[in-house]
Amino acid sequence: MKDQGVLRIVTKWMIPFIMVFGFYVVTHGELGPGGGFQGGVILGSAFILYALVFGADHADKVVPRRVLDVTASLGVLIYAGVGTYCMLAGRAFLDYGAIAPLDPAGAESWGMTLVEYGVGITVAAVMIICFNEVARSGGRVARSNPIPDVQEMERLGHDFPPRPPSSIIPPKTS
Amino acid sequence: MSQRVVAMPDTLPLDLFLLFLILIVAFAVVVTRNLMAMAALLAIYSLLMSLVWANMWAMDVAFTEAAVGAGISTILVIGALVTTGVREKARNQVHWPALIVVLITGTALMYGTIDMPLFGDPTAPIHSHVVPEYMAQDVGKVEGGPILTGKPHRLPPGAIFETGNLPPEHSHDEDGHHDAVHQSQTKPAHVNHGDFSHHAPNLVTPMLASYRGYDTMFETAVIFTAGISVILLLRASRKEEEEEADVNASGQGGGE
Repeated sequence: MKDQGVLRIVTKWMIPFIMVFGFYVVTHGELGPGGGFQGGVILGSAFILYALVFGADHADKVVPRRVLDVTASLGVLIYAGVGTYCMLAGRAFLDYGAIAPLDPAGAESWGMTLVEYGVGITVAAVMIICFNEVARSGGRVARSNPIPDVQEMERLGHDFPPRPPSSIIPPKTS
Repeated sequence: MSQRVVAMPDTLPLDLFLLFLILIVAFAVVVTRNLMAMAALLAIYSLLMSLVWANMWAMDVAFTEAAVGAGISTILVIGALVTTGVREKARNQVHWPALIVVLITGTALMYGTIDMPLFGDPTAPIHSHVVPEYMAQDVGKVEGGPILTGKPHRLPPGAIFETGNLPPEHSHDEDGHHDAVHQSQTKPAHVNHGDFSHHAPNLVTPMLASYRGYDTMFETAVIFTAGISVILLLRASRKEEEEEADVNASGQGGGE
């Protein structure tokens, strides 16, 4: 698909806008529809679009696999880290009032923002990981475990379902 | 049960039309044997469901359904089709036990919704327990709201809030936010900071991130676990094959 000029140029122009929009949805989750999950999916889809048009090898050079693995864990760490910080500051787990004890509403806002960032990061990384693994293993898993196509086998005259190897049942002459 | 208000939503024809389309698409997904067409039909199903959510004013859910269902799910299904092939084998008979179980379960679910409050009912538990607290903190500070203009807000149907008119008891006191709400019962208004820095106009995000923070954390962990499972299942086989390819290449090179 890299040889298609229109696809290539339009994709290169669209991807920054998709990423900005995804980041906008994550950060403005409290002000409008959106939040961590939606924004993370949009961010992930920007990289998936790059992998679709330019190939999985190029996409691997842009975002290596190790970076994705670390990023996915980092999001969960941020979320649980906020909760643990609230616990270490003397209050309950994920009690956002501990972030700024004198200003409960602002602390809630800060806590929710940090937590949504964590969610967005994890969701984006996991979407890209899932697509990469499914795209790269396409065909390889099938070659090692072929699933027989029934109509093809019947058309070619093979035994389907396979008969048990026994001398009592005569072999089927096709 | 309180007296039931006859609530015929204005969007009933649109709801019925979307339901009709969804039934057709769902039936087609099950019946079709060309799996590429099935992937496209699944994307269409997600689009119709996001329209249904948008019709119910559930914008966050519609957003998520459109992004995940019509976007990511479709591309992953097509990626899976590369592995399995695009024709499904012919099934000429109906699996009667499965059909009976599904019909019984569906009927039981529909029978269970009879006891639920009507859509938009102001006396429903969700509209009288937690939502008024959060609405009083969030919605009052929007332009045209009672705090900035001093005039009573034109309430959307189903909302029963005014700033300062909160339910007297608080069942839990774990948040600092609840303390601020409790204090505001004696003081007239919240402090107006002039920006969005201390409240969240979108009511869904505080529900997800603060009231249901534990659930969202474990959802994130579940998504992370799904990513790990995909890595474990699909990446290991690729490493083995690369090692096999290396062994074959070195064997051929050594043989010559």
